[in-house]
Amino acid sequence: MGAPRANRSRVPALLRGRRSAAQVAGYLFILPYLVFLGLFIAYPLAFAVWMSFYDYFFAAPGANVERPFIGLENYRNLLLQDETFRTTLGNILVFIAVNVPLTVALAIVLATALNANVPGRAFFRTSYYVPYVTASVAVIAVWGYLFFSGGLVNRILGDLAPEPSWLINKTWAMIVIALLVTWKQLGYYVLLYLAALQNVPRQLYEAAEVDGAGILGKFWHITVPGLRPATVLVVILSTIIGANLFTEPYLLTNGGGPQDQTLSPVLYMYRQGIVQADAGYGAAIGVTLSLAVLAIAAVQRYLLERER
Amino acid sequence: MSAPAKSSRSSGAGRKLGRELGFLLLCLGALAFIFPFYYMVVGALQPEPDTGISGAFPNPGELSLANFQNINERVPLLRALFNSAVYTGGVLLGTLTIGILAGYALSQLRWRGRTLVLNVVILTLIVPFQLLMIPLYVMIVRGWGLGDSYLGMILPFLVNSTAVFVFRQFFMQIPSDMLDAARVDGAGELRILTRIVLPLSKPAILTAALITFIGPWNEFLWPFLVTKDSALQPLAVALANYISTVAASTANPFGAILAGAVVLAIPAVGLFILFQRHFVESEASVSLKE
Repeated sequence: MGAPRANRSRVPALLRGRRSAAQVAGYLFILPYLVFLGLFIAYPLAFAVWMSFYDYFFAAPGANVERPFIGLENYRNLLLQDETFRTTLGNILVFIAVNVPLTVALAIVLATALNANVPGRAFFRTSYYVPYVTASVAVIAVWGYLFFSGGLVNRILGDLAPEPSWLINKTWAMIVIALLVTWKQLGYYVLLYLAALQNVPRQLYEAAEVDGAGILGKFWHITVPGLRPATVLVVILSTIIGANLFTEPYLLTNGGGPQDQTLSPVLYMYRQGIVQADAGYGAAIGVTLSLAVLAIAAVQRYLLERER
Repeated sequence: MSAPAKSSRSSGAGRKLGRELGFLLLCLGALAFIFPFYYMVVGALQPEPDTGISGAFPNPGELSLANFQNINERVPLLRALFNSAVYTGGVLLGTLTIGILAGYALSQLRWRGRTLVLNVVILTLIVPFQLLMIPLYVMIVRGWGLGDSYLGMILPFLVNSTAVFVFRQFFMQIPSDMLDAARVDGAGELRILTRIVLPLSKPAILTAALITFIGPWNEFLWPFLVTKDSALQPLAVALANYISTVAASTANPFGAILAGAVVLAIPAVGLFILFQRHFVESEASVSLKE
């Protein structure tokens, strides 16, 4: 894997002595990364699991509180009794059901169109990518302005505007958030598909043309299957990003409203684990959510790769 | 791309139609992506919000910078920008240093356990932040007392495996014979890295710097958890707090919010437009290679 390809027997003796120096240098150079990895990923990961088995409250600095081991009680409460947690899972499923298929469909179509020899490709690529590099907070500011009850969207729709308006409507609020996130991330996925399109063999298209396939036929029978490995990645990535939803409901729908219909699991975790200081319960939410996402990603991968 | 057109008599017209349809789609897409940004700027420059259709195309004579003054009175912009700069700068410095050293160790140095570490680097990319949020908060803010400090904001962002990958991929292209020659001359590894490898790696450094920059600059959740003191909040956090508490405290909250959004968006968007090739190639290729 990228190791020096020089014939080892011809390596000068002096250099061979230096090999052990390289060993030491290797460890020294990787050390800072490993230290930070241990402190800020490995340790918190273990801490999260550990904490979730305890009644872990945090108190004012200096105060000594008891944090008894409670086994699976956090998980039992979370899975069996916590209605709000169940609501957040339902909300995120709505989000994923809108966001993921739309992301895949729009990204494939735009990437395919961009892959043809059209004028202004550089301009299109740039414009699609701009939302991706912009801060969520800035993007949310404009979407809030567009979709509030007296905003441009409702002014254009007139009587067709939903009542109550988008962001305070129990059905529409989550859909608007899912559209926002789709819009914000799409440019990244378009470029990912554009890179993947370069790997679809050109001869397949030529063969299909000989067989008389039209544009739609070629798109459906060659492009879409050819992009399947990229689609697996896009589906899993966008599911993970969806499961991490926080800023949009926090700012756009006033912390998960209306009536918790946009409350996301991470926002709920923040409420329980940090605002309410019940870190053990918050950690249990985090562990449960991560396992759920892992399971969903595994199922998605299985379903998408099965037909190959 | 257009060369094989002659070979297919039947679909020539269809192909042309398809390309025109594709172009139309691309234009619609560009409109959908750009309009909100245009509308952000227009809204920031309108003294009174005009949400009608004509309000999207205002008379240039009616525009003013009053909203920027308004937001600056609520959220001192220079202070917030300074905080964003310190936070982002700290993350950049740390990430590049750690990333360059790790990338070099994982590409040009041979040591036992290298493959294992490489796999660990890949594994960290899939650890979800939601799992780390509560323990990191308990550890850094409650345990180490680093709430309301730059260090508390910066620390968890220093493990950046994407940056490690960018450097590793780039350093692998440097012929090892060249470095061996320097080794024969008695140069130490640190000297080889700083005198030979780094001068050759300006594109990789630029790429890693750019993709690292947009992370902390745009980040909301973590600095929001760490900073309660408004004097230390980066712009994204200060603006978000203004949005969530504004209610009816100013005559034109939208104008002021949008003005803040413009200030927050400009550095990242500006850098992207200037250096877009570096962003795009690295991001897509890193994810496809995994």
